Amino acid sequence: METFVFDGTLEGLLTAVFYCYQKKSEKVKVVSSAHFHPDVFHQHFTVVSEDDKAKRVWAGLRKKLDPGWMLNIYKAFLSEQPQAFQHLLDFARYIIDHEQGAETNFGNSDVLAISQLEHKVHREKHRMEAFIRFQKTGDDIFYAHIEPDFNVLPLLIKHFKNRYADQKWIIYDLKRKYGLFYDLEKVEEIVFDFTEEMSPSLNALPARLLDEKEELYTILWKDYFKNVNIPARKNMKLHIRHVPKRYWKYLSEKQG
Amino acid sequence: MYERIREKLGILADAAKYDVSCSSSGSNRKNENKGLGDAEGTGICHTYTEDGRCVSLLKVLLTNHCIFDCAFCVSRRSNDIKRAAFSVEEVVELTINFYRRNYIEGLFLSSGIFKNADYTMERLVRIVKKLRTEERFNGYIHLKTIPGASEELLKEAGMYADRMSINLEMPTEAGLKILAPEKSHEEVKKPLGFIQKSITQFSDEKALIKHVPKFVPAGQSTQIVIGATPDTDKEIMHTANAFYKNFSLKRVYYSGYIPISNDSRLPVIGSQPPLIRENRLYQADWLMRFYGFNVQEILNDAHPNLDVDVDPKLSWALRHLEQFPVDVNTADYRMILRVPGIGVTSALKIVQARKFGRLYKDHLKKIGISFNKARHFIRYGDSPMQLKEYEAGHIKGIILAESHSKYQKNPHNQLSLF
Ligand code: SF4
Repeated sequence: METFVFDGTLEGLLTAVFYCYQKKSEKVKVVSSAHFHPDVFHQHFTVVSEDDKAKRVWAGLRKKLDPGWMLNIYKAFLSEQPQAFQHLLDFARYIIDHEQGAETNFGNSDVLAISQLEHKVHREKHRMEAFIRFQKTGDDIFYAHIEPDFNVLPLLIKHFKNRYADQKWIIYDLKRKYGLFYDLEKVEEIVFDFTEEMSPSLNALPARLLDEKEELYTILWKDYFKNVNIPARKNMKLHIRHVPKRYWKYLSEKQG
Repeated sequence: MYERIREKLGILADAAKYDVSCSSSGSNRKNENKGLGDAEGTGICHTYTEDGRCVSLLKVLLTNHCIFDCAFCVSRRSNDIKRAAFSVEEVVELTINFYRRNYIEGLFLSSGIFKNADYTMERLVRIVKKLRTEERFNGYIHLKTIPGASEELLKEAGMYADRMSINLEMPTEAGLKILAPEKSHEEVKKPLGFIQKSITQFSDEKALIKHVPKFVPAGQSTQIVIGATPDTDKEIMHTANAFYKNFSLKRVYYSGYIPISNDSRLPVIGSQPPLIRENRLYQADWLMRFYGFNVQEILNDAHPNLDVDVDPKLSWALRHLEQFPVDVNTADYRMILRVPGIGVTSALKIVQARKFGRLYKDHLKKIGISFNKARHFIRYGDSPMQLKEYEAGHIKGIILAESHSKYQKNPHNQLSLF
């Protein structure tokens, strides 16, 4: 078995697939450099990301897979799970080596793993679309920060851009330290240097930055949440299944 | 200074919560005018109440003043409660500001009937019109049809709403007559029929002319209250089935009655709402809509009520063991779908995956079926030889024993005297 070390990017992973064929490798173990521990008894091959090679592999996959499955690959990649890289490499080789339609073979463990990873990432994306709570700032920007389990920001662009086309907004990933800014025209990646008063765990900007009506709507939303509750039906188990506790920090209605 | 609007929202959200419909899906309204919001696809639950219900819309009444006296309703005229009314502007502002902060998918607007039906409906229409035209709001709007409102107003409402609904309230006409003598199922059928006809007209025109405006693109729904009247599950589901068929309803909602009145015609205050029964009815509803079951198969004279201890799909299978076991490697998709423990997604995966070779226990588990439940009803690549035929009671016993938590009778949710 050979070991390929790549730089952790999708481009790098696709380049690694390319080398599997160029080097006529059999079983290949793929590791991102962040997770790699060199071993003196073992040789490894360092994959240098190359746009050309990655594109060729991507194009090859696109010939066999529909756009939905291409997106699944991307989503599985955004899971950032170490085992995802291995499954993706093996999945890509499996698709390339087989006739069209191989991706529906859920008996294959890589096919199944990709669809399960995709499912998890998709669910996280969906949760962010649900649980993000914007706060309106004094300069008319709607701001929210999040700490998603997976790197879902790239998947959120379309939804938020379509929906909030007439307001400026920022969604910031505190864990991965970058964000999205929509300026009424386009969405851009941004990076902040937070001052100390930015509390990462609470979705709350300092009051002096907020629009004067912000407090009112936070209160009204909390009131609303309280009033729609039907005590006779209370079922906290079900509640927590829908809104796992680790997401409560995003939800203004769950604070205080 | 916030007190007035807080109090109004408190009263008018509280009074609206008994309408359980929360769906914000099924519309196709895009944000094409670079305005605010869209209402495409499946809709999002932005939070859940502590009883586990989805919160996706700002659900409020315009007012809880009402000239009617329906015994099952908190807003009934004889009930001594605080009353309030929003202004048109207040509802619009709340909706827009909640929406911009990503709290909601849109508005669910209903109302008690003040003065008369048209007066009330006209106000509702003013709100949705303002949202769509002045605020350029493309989020989801669910608008209640006020019984007795004129066809002109209904037609105008339909130009702005994504979904409209009008509640049957009680499963049978007789039950409704006892609790709400001023209402009738006939009165519900009229507007349902009118809006359905208009929807069809618009979609016919759409085939001919390109830019026909939208008309209630997410269709109509209704709600039936469960457990306020002594109707059987059979009566409930047969009513639901007829309304699905006759009015192309998108959804029927079943709402377990929550006692709110000392009226002797109704269950006493403090009795538990029939939550398990409500859940079983939803399951039966799904079997009809997504699993190819006919209502007669699930509920009939020999079997007028759903089982409490097992779900209706398992219950049907146990009554029809002659149709099992189903071989997952060869059976029709239709039959695989009927196996307890196999859902729509798994059934689809099974018929796709088996093209690549026989399916074994391992595959089935990975695909995600509830194997422990399904195994009694299926054959697969390595299924063990079955020496004796089990009978229904025995299988049910095994399944119940293995899944104690899920099927356990939950006394908390049963009707009790206290
Ligand atoms: S008409 Fe509607 S609001 Fe009025 S009492 Fe009857 S159910 Fe309640």
